[in-house]
Amino acid sequence: MTPLHLCLLISSGLFCIGLTGALARSNTILVLLGIELMLNAANLNFIAFWRFGPAPSPANGMIFVLFAIAVAAAEAAVGLALIIAVYRHQKNIRLQEANTLRG
Amino acid sequence: MTFTANHLWLIPTLPLLAAGLGALAPSKDRRLAAGSAIVAMAISFVLACLALQSALQAPATHAVANFAWFDLGASPMRLGFLLDPLTAFMCVMVTFVGLLIFIFSLGYMQADANFKQFFCFLSLFAAAMLGVLVANSLLLLFICWELVGLASYLLIGFWFHKPSAAAAAKKAFITTRIGDLGLLLGLLWLYDATGSLLFYDGGQGVLENTALAALAGQTLGGGLALSTAIGLLIFCGAIGKSGQFPLHVWLPDAMEGPTPVSALIHAATMVAAGVFLVARVYPLMQIDAALAAVPVHALTVVAFIGAITALLGAFIACGQNDIKRVLAFSTVSQLGYMMLALGVGSWTAAIFHLLTHAFFKALLFLGAGSVIHAAHHEQDIRLLGGLRPKMKITFATFAIGMMALSGVPFLFSGFWSKEAILHAAHAWDVSHLPLYAGLAAVVLTAFYMTRLVAETFLGQPRSAAAEHAHENSAVMTIPLILLALGAIGLGFLGTPAWPWLQARLSGTELHSSLHHLMEGSGLMLLSIGLVGVGLGLGWWLYGRRLRTTAEARDPLVVTAPQVMAALANRLGFDELYAATVGRLNHFTATLAQGIDRWVLGGLVNFLAQLGVFSGTVNRQLDEDGLNGGFDQISASVRGSGQRYAQAQTGEAHGYLRVMAVAFIVLALVLVLGGAR
Amino acid sequence: MLGSAAAAMLLRNLIHSALLLILSWASVAAFYLWAGAEFAAFAQILVYVGAISMVVLFAVLLTRQNQVADVVIEPASRKRATTALTVGACLAGILSAAVVASRFPAAAVTAPATTVKLIGLELMERHGAALLIIGVILTVALIGATLLAATEAKRNPEDAP
Repeated sequence: MTPLHLCLLISSGLFCIGLTGALARSNTILVLLGIELMLNAANLNFIAFWRFGPAPSPANGMIFVLFAIAVAAAEAAVGLALIIAVYRHQKNIRLQEANTLRG
Repeated sequence: MTFTANHLWLIPTLPLLAAGLGALAPSKDRRLAAGSAIVAMAISFVLACLALQSALQAPATHAVANFAWFDLGASPMRLGFLLDPLTAFMCVMVTFVGLLIFIFSLGYMQADANFKQFFCFLSLFAAAMLGVLVANSLLLLFICWELVGLASYLLIGFWFHKPSAAAAAKKAFITTRIGDLGLLLGLLWLYDATGSLLFYDGGQGVLENTALAALAGQTLGGGLALSTAIGLLIFCGAIGKSGQFPLHVWLPDAMEGPTPVSALIHAATMVAAGVFLVARVYPLMQIDAALAAVPVHALTVVAFIGAITALLGAFIACGQNDIKRVLAFSTVSQLGYMMLALGVGSWTAAIFHLLTHAFFKALLFLGAGSVIHAAHHEQDIRLLGGLRPKMKITFATFAIGMMALSGVPFLFSGFWSKEAILHAAHAWDVSHLPLYAGLAAVVLTAFYMTRLVAETFLGQPRSAAAEHAHENSAVMTIPLILLALGAIGLGFLGTPAWPWLQARLSGTELHSSLHHLMEGSGLMLLSIGLVGVGLGLGWWLYGRRLRTTAEARDPLVVTAPQVMAALANRLGFDELYAATVGRLNHFTATLAQGIDRWVLGGLVNFLAQLGVFSGTVNRQLDEDGLNGGFDQISASVRGSGQRYAQAQTGEAHGYLRVMAVAFIVLALVLVLGGAR
Repeated sequence: MLGSAAAAMLLRNLIHSALLLILSWASVAAFYLWAGAEFAAFAQILVYVGAISMVVLFAVLLTRQNQVADVVIEPASRKRATTALTVGACLAGILSAAVVASRFPAAAVTAPATTVKLIGLELMERHGAALLIIGVILTVALIGATLLAATEAKRNPEDAP
């Protein structure tokens, strides 16, 4: 059991928790937060491979993480704004009721 | 076990823990929050006393405990704690006065619904303030400094349902932020110039000779020494926090907070943080005094700002009618005195005045709080009156505080510390203007305090609230008595005949002899005379013919209505700022809007017109030329689209689930397929 | 980290879950610190613990509704929860099996020496284009979010046609 294994186990745990949460909860905010958790798990992997991987390059993993965090921030901002817009429209934020896009 | 700088972190940590405990406690549990706050403060007080004892054994040294916080790149960012007499005296003062104010709050805030939060915020404030005191790094100091500002914001706006309180909190926060910006810039510049932010670090700190010599050696444009520029920027932070002249407008409004808060933050401790900061970086402020060529010395600016503030605050205090605002402007004025003392080169006198002022001003504020509590939150002195027979203890202690503040000779602490400042100003060889400002403020101080006492306590009750006032319980009067003892006794630690405090602070030998008392006797007699003039004038105008009704006009308003109206309006500083800064802001906003609407908007409109034009051309082409064959194709696309649309359930969960299952399948394929 | 994340996903009270998530993000930052990636840790704290958490809390508070609707557990949501748990458990099993079964080359003993200066240079030189694109994305996202969340301005009567 190397540190890398441990990190990967942690990150897959985090990923599964996020996924389960995103699938199970009906509140859109929690779904979004579950997705954020999954993104975090991916970031954990980047750092883990950068730090404990076979050939560490000086900054690659870190820069990956920085970009991912930036994208996650944008995603969270837009997502939460959408939630607020939807809430204003239909007075609740239950994801299964936001289905006007169905074919 | 001896108390060393290594244990210093305990002093701010204990109130911080109490604040955390208070935050987590259920809001009905009043006893836990208040009890933990008071116990933590008491333990901190004991520790601060131990620290003082240990610091006094070697007063000239600066014991430090530095550690690396984190390292980014080559040089680690280091923080640390510093134990010297300045820190130790301040810690003892803050914990002692803070403890008494906590106890007083038990009574004052008894009926408040947010009792728990109040103690939580108070503890947070105490922790941050003690953090400022023990920091050995400008960065740590700055962090705690901002926390102090935050706690002050929370406490001023504690009665947030009052719009005036919310506005005052905002004003205080933003005004001090202007000064803090200067402090931050000074901090960054200092780090850039020296590569360190530690005050003392075994020869490497920014307040030690190597760095100071380097700073003073560099000159900027205009012949300004680098140390002067940085010193002035740091002083900006002190101006904001200590309510000095251009930025003093927030302090009187801060009186919207509960009175114990005014006593703790806006009289005794936080506003003194600015004075403490300048005293802490005094070597930096002082170093350019040796350079003859520089156009301006940092300390000269400090002295003049202090003198202006001292005089201005005392003037405005004469025209205020709210008991707390009189005290607030008096605080502004006294802080001006401290800055003056710093500027004229006697930081020990400034700290001496800071300590005595903390005691008697906290006493006055708590006395005012006792009055306000008894009179059902009536704060207008015109509506009070006749409280002396009803509230004997409050009156006696308030009178002691008033005499200490006015500088009634010999017995009261304010006299000795004010003397120390005036002597220092007298000895300053640059200019005597600060001395004259200080002497004028002495008269005014004695005058407005006499007015305050005469209007509040003497005469007849002039409203129902004052009629039914009665003395408060022991939990509120005992802190008053203890503070009154301090307000009397503390002065004897620093008399000219036995300047123990000054000697311990600066780490020099103690020369005690009665001759020193005689040396400056001329100035001392003059200031005693001025105090007498002020008291007599106040008595003549207010004490002789006591006000009988609330509507009776103030004798000064009768003689000089315009002047008093201007003073009551605080010389129009708020309006001035609204008219200049506010209007400038508005103007730039309008300008930006104009540019946006006419220049950019015009461009966008033009492009839009262009688009419309090309669209028209396009449509003509399309309808005439290409329309025929597409209809058929689109019909078949629509058919298949409808079929696929069945899959679009509109359920985001469904999509996500499908993706997850597909991902699992993919992972299985990869794992089983042996892609290791 | 895992505990608080799981609890956050399970709790019924939205504010509690949001607070627990902040804890979880903070512990991710602690993990970065442990792994020697200080810069990423501070970015994580600033962006997640500082900014996103605030936005989340705002969204939670702005969309507070009567809690009655959530108390009744509909059969549909129960079914969805079971599916979700199954899917999650499957994935967890597969991933951990894969991780445990794989062998990696020996790790470097010391952390790569990464200074802020190095990161800055890398960002500006090798990844300059990506940095610009990220900036544009962030700006667009910000403007979009503002537009989406903004209430429609009331029109003045004289503006109406």
